[in-house]
Amino acid sequence: MCLAFPGKIISINGDFAMVDFNGIKKEVNILLTPDAKKRDYVIVHTGFAIQKMNKKEAKDKRF
Amino acid sequence: MENIIKKINEIAGKIRRDIFLMEVCGTHTQAVAKYGLKELMPKNINLTTGPGCPVCVTSQEDIDAIVNLALADIPVATYGDMMRVPGYYGSLDQAREKGAKVFAVYSIEEALNIQKKYSDLVFFGLGFETTTPMTAYAIKKGLTVYSIHKSFLPAMQALLKIGELKIDGYICPGHIATIIGSKPFKSMKVPQVIAGFEAEDILLAIFMLLKQILNNQAVVENEYLRSVREQGNQKAMQEIFDVFDLGDGNWRGFGIIPKSGFKIKKLYQKFDAKIKYKKILDQIDFSFSQKPTNCICHEIIRGLKTPKQCPLFKKICAPENPIGPCMVSIEGACNVFARYVK
Repeated sequence: MCLAFPGKIISINGDFAMVDFNGIKKEVNILLTPDAKKRDYVIVHTGFAIQKMNKKEAKDKRF
Repeated sequence: MENIIKKINEIAGKIRRDIFLMEVCGTHTQAVAKYGLKELMPKNINLTTGPGCPVCVTSQEDIDAIVNLALADIPVATYGDMMRVPGYYGSLDQAREKGAKVFAVYSIEEALNIQKKYSDLVFFGLGFETTTPMTAYAIKKGLTVYSIHKSFLPAMQALLKIGELKIDGYICPGHIATIIGSKPFKSMKVPQVIAGFEAEDILLAIFMLLKQILNNQAVVENEYLRSVREQGNQKAMQEIFDVFDLGDGNWRGFGIIPKSGFKIKKLYQKFDAKIKYKKILDQIDFSFSQKPTNCICHEIIRGLKTPKQCPLFKKICAPENPIGPCMVSIEGACNVFARYVK
């Protein structure tokens, strides 16, 4: 149930952002990550971004 | 990956006693089985499964309550897996077959959309801190909720306190920690590593735990640096406590754990289904709300038994015909065992 995926914000419209998950684009609520900006990577759980990551962290799947 | 496994073997050889490491997150349960990590462990390293599946720890009383609301013609929405958990009065799925308005959703936004058509919709809100902020957000928007949301650390603490099982270390849940931060875990004096969800994350966490055990340490380490900060997500925590207070939580396998249940605050009580529909709920006969006969889900949740020790496992109880919630949920120990372990 606590499944979450990293994706990249490509645009922001109010409390919502369009997030690119490796080619699949979905609208995500960014209420919980108020400082998230365009081109930021976020980790997304049930339609909400729950944490902002930096690019290096998002791409580094290992650690 | 081979390198980490080699290191785990080296360190396990130095420890030279049986070690029990418990993962306490349904997503970890799935990952451990999917990547066959148990089979990769040295003989003296045992991986056990704890109470990390929110569907599995839902009490029979709460299932009976929500099914009765649905049967009383109140529209109900909940996350997918919950639909098939059987209670004394059947499951939500069976209520739907009888004509009740029951909807499976994958996000709270879907529930808010359904509410536009059915204004009296009740959302059966479940999950730990990872999922609770989303429900808080929806309550603020006017969604009525029957909350069985739970705070997770009290269950980890309860397991240590009960002491019926040897726990040498916890592989801690990465996304709960993303919300609450790594700091609260420090209240437990046992080796802990907060882990991500790739095979390498979990293996590295196991290595870090073994290193602590070898050095007689009991600290909280964070392997999932890319998502977990010490203070967690303060905005999400604020969202939770804007709407909820902590009260008694009713857990399958544990019973009542104080300060583990997210209760809707008085300020929002007109959106609290437990108050709004008190009359219907008070009339339910909960004396039948017991665990299914012979089902050992309550012991599996506490890590005391494995699914294979259950007399029903794969004989009567299977993913197509689940008797207990651990077989219903795709992250329940029984369901995972049935799918991955030969």
